Amino acid sequence: MNRMPLLLTGIFLTFFSAWLGLVAMPYIHLGRFKPQVDDVTREETPPPFSGEALQGATIYAANGCIYCHSQQVRPLEAGADLERGWGARRTVARDYMRDKVAYFGTSRTGPDLSNIGARQPSAEWHYQHLYQPQVVSKGSIMPAFKFLFEKRRISGQPSADAIKMQPPDEAEPGWEIVPTREGKQLVAYLLSLKRSTYPLPEAPEETPAK
Amino acid sequence: MAALAEAQPAKPSLADSIDPSTTESLKYKAERAAIDRSLRGPVLCFIGGAIFWLLLGSLFALIASIKMNVPGFLGDSAFLTFGRVRPAHLNAVGYGWGAQIAMAVGLWLMARLCRIEVRHGGLLYMAFGLFNAGVMIGILAILGGQGTSVEWLEFPTYAALVVFAGFALVAIWAVIMFRFRQPGHVYVSQWYILAAFFWFPWLYATANMVIFILPVQAAVQGPVNWWYGHNALGLFFTPIALATAYYMIPKVIGRPVHSYYLSILGFWSLAFFYSWNGMHHLIGGPFPAWLISASVVASIMMVVPVITTGINHHFTMVGHFNALRWSPTLRFTVFGAMCYTLSSLQGSSMAIRSVNQVTHFTHYTIGHAHLGLYGFFTMIMFGAIYYIVPRLVEWEWPSASLIRWHFWLSAIGVSAMFIVLSIGGLFQGFALEDPKISFLTSTNYANAFLWMRSISGIALTAAHIIFASSFALILLHAGVVRRRPTLLDRPA
Repeated sequence: MNRMPLLLTGIFLTFFSAWLGLVAMPYIHLGRFKPQVDDVTREETPPPFSGEALQGATIYAANGCIYCHSQQVRPLEAGADLERGWGARRTVARDYMRDKVAYFGTSRTGPDLSNIGARQPSAEWHYQHLYQPQVVSKGSIMPAFKFLFEKRRISGQPSADAIKMQPPDEAEPGWEIVPTREGKQLVAYLLSLKRSTYPLPEAPEETPAK
Repeated sequence: MAALAEAQPAKPSLADSIDPSTTESLKYKAERAAIDRSLRGPVLCFIGGAIFWLLLGSLFALIASIKMNVPGFLGDSAFLTFGRVRPAHLNAVGYGWGAQIAMAVGLWLMARLCRIEVRHGGLLYMAFGLFNAGVMIGILAILGGQGTSVEWLEFPTYAALVVFAGFALVAIWAVIMFRFRQPGHVYVSQWYILAAFFWFPWLYATANMVIFILPVQAAVQGPVNWWYGHNALGLFFTPIALATAYYMIPKVIGRPVHSYYLSILGFWSLAFFYSWNGMHHLIGGPFPAWLISASVVASIMMVVPVITTGINHHFTMVGHFNALRWSPTLRFTVFGAMCYTLSSLQGSSMAIRSVNQVTHFTHYTIGHAHLGLYGFFTMIMFGAIYYIVPRLVEWEWPSASLIRWHFWLSAIGVSAMFIVLSIGGLFQGFALEDPKISFLTSTNYANAFLWMRSISGIALTAAHIIFASSFALILLHAGVVRRRPTLLDRPA
C-alpha cells in the first residue's frame, strides 16, 4: 500500500468512530445522572455516602477486593444473581452516581457485594470475617486482612470496639484486637453498600420464580 | 511483500547467483548492519528491561496463584495481600514486559522496513528510563496500597504520566522513522506498527483522563475502562504481534506473503472491528443494551480479520512446515500465530450473551487472557527476540538446548494453563448459574484446577529463567564462535 494519506486517515477514522461510540456516547447517555428526590420527604436516592464510607472505598481499592468481588446485580434473564438473593432488583447505571470510582468487577471468586450492607448489616460480622474469614465462612479462600487490625494490651477497661474473636484466633488474656482506622473505614463502606434496596423508577423490583 | 523484496536485489545478476558476496548484496548487508548498529543500545536496553519485568511478573503471578490454593500464604503483610500482588503481576507483565517488548520489536522492525538508521538514539535511552521508572513507581504504588483497582489502569496517575511520557517518545520516534523512510512500497508490518503507535497513546490518555484526571460519573467509567482494557490488547499488542509475524514468517522461510489483498482486508477489518470491542465485559451489568450490543457485534465480526490473517499466514507457510524443526524464531512465531486464531475465535464466542452469562465472572476469562497475551503475543515476541538479538550483538545464541527447553516449557505451560482454567472456569460458571448450588461449592469446583494452574505457572517461570539465562549468555558472548545461526535441528 503506498497511498499514505489513505492509510493515515483510515487509522484515524476507524479509531475515532469507536471513540465516539464507546467514550463520547456513553458520556452523553450515562454521564449526567441526578438523584431521585422524594416529593414529600426531600430524601435523595441513591443516598450519598458518608465521609467515612468514601474513605473506605479507597481501602477497598487499595487492597484489590475487586479481583474477587463484583458490585453489580444482573437482571433475571441474564444470570442467577437475583435467585441467589444478591439484590431485590438489578442494578442500573444511576445506582453508581455517588461513587467516585465504581468497582463493577469482573470476577466472582467471592460473592457479589452490591448489597452486602443489607445482607450482612452487622459491623461485628464484618470485622470477624475480615480477621478470620475461614472461621466465619468455612471453606472460603478469602485471605485474612489482619493488617487492618491491631493487637494491643488492655489497659483498664477493654475497648468498646474490640472484636469478639473465635478460636483458633482468640486473643490471649490481657490482650484485645481492635480494627485500625482503615479497618473501620472499610467496614463503613461495606455497610453502606445497599445499591438495590431503594426504588428507582427505571428499575422495578423483580421476583424470581421459585 | 515488495518492501522485503527490495531489501534484497530485485533480480540477481549472474555474478550474484554465483558468488553471494558480490557488491550488490554486500551493499544491502552493510545497510542492514548499519541500521542494527544504530539501534543496538536502545533496543537491547528495552529487551533487557522487558525480561527483567517478565521475571518479576512471573514471581508475582506465582505468589498470587499459590494464595488461591493456600489463602494464608504470605498473608500477614499488607503489601503482599492477594489484591495487591495480582495487579502487580498484571502490570509487570502487561506494561513492563508486554508494552516494553512491543516497543523494542516495533522500533527495530520499523527501522529495518523503512531502511533508515535511527537518529538521535540518545532520546530512546531517555524513553527507556522514563518508561521503566514509571512502571517501577506504579508497581511499588500498587504494593504500597495506592493502586486504583481499575483493571489494566491500576497505576496511580503520577506513575501513569511517567509511563505515558516514555511511551510517547518511542511512538514519536517510530513515526519520525516512517517519515524518513526510503522510497518504495510500504509493507503490511509497517501499517500495523504505525497504527499501534498511534492508537495506544490515544487510548491510554483517554482512559486516564476520563477516569482519574477529570473523572466522569462512575457509570461512564465502566465502558471507558473496558474499551481501554480490551483495546490495549486489540489495538496495541495484537497489531505489533501481527506485524512481527508478517515479517518473521516470510523472512525465515524465504518466500513472500501469500496474498497482498488478504493482508489489506485483514488490516482494515481489524482496525474497524477491534476498536469497537470491549463492552462484552459489561454484559449483564448496569449499562444500556445498545452499548453492549454494538460491541458484541464487533466482537463477532472479528472473525473476519482473524480468519483472513490465519489463511494468509497458513498459505505462506504451506510447504515449509519442515522449517519448524530447525528455526527457533519460526517455531515460536507459528505457535503464536496459531494461538491468535484460537484465542480470537474463542473471544468472539465469549461475547455471545448466552456463553458470556456462564463464563463472565469465572477463571475461564483468565484462561482466555493467557491464551491471547501469552500464547499469541508473548510467544511471537520470544520468536522475534531470537531473531533480532544475534543481529544486534553480533553473536549467535550459545545453546540450542536452552532454546528448546524454553520453547517446550512455555508451550506446554501455557497450553496446560489454558486448559485447566477453561475447564475449571466452566465448572465454576455452571455452578454459579444454578442457584440451587451454594456459592461456596462454585469456588470449590474451581479449586482443584487452580492447583494445576499453579503447577503450569511453575513451568512458565522456569521457561522464563532459562530464557533470561540465554539472553545473559549471548550478551556476554558466551560459548564458541559460530559462523551460522543456532538452529534446533539440522535443516532438511
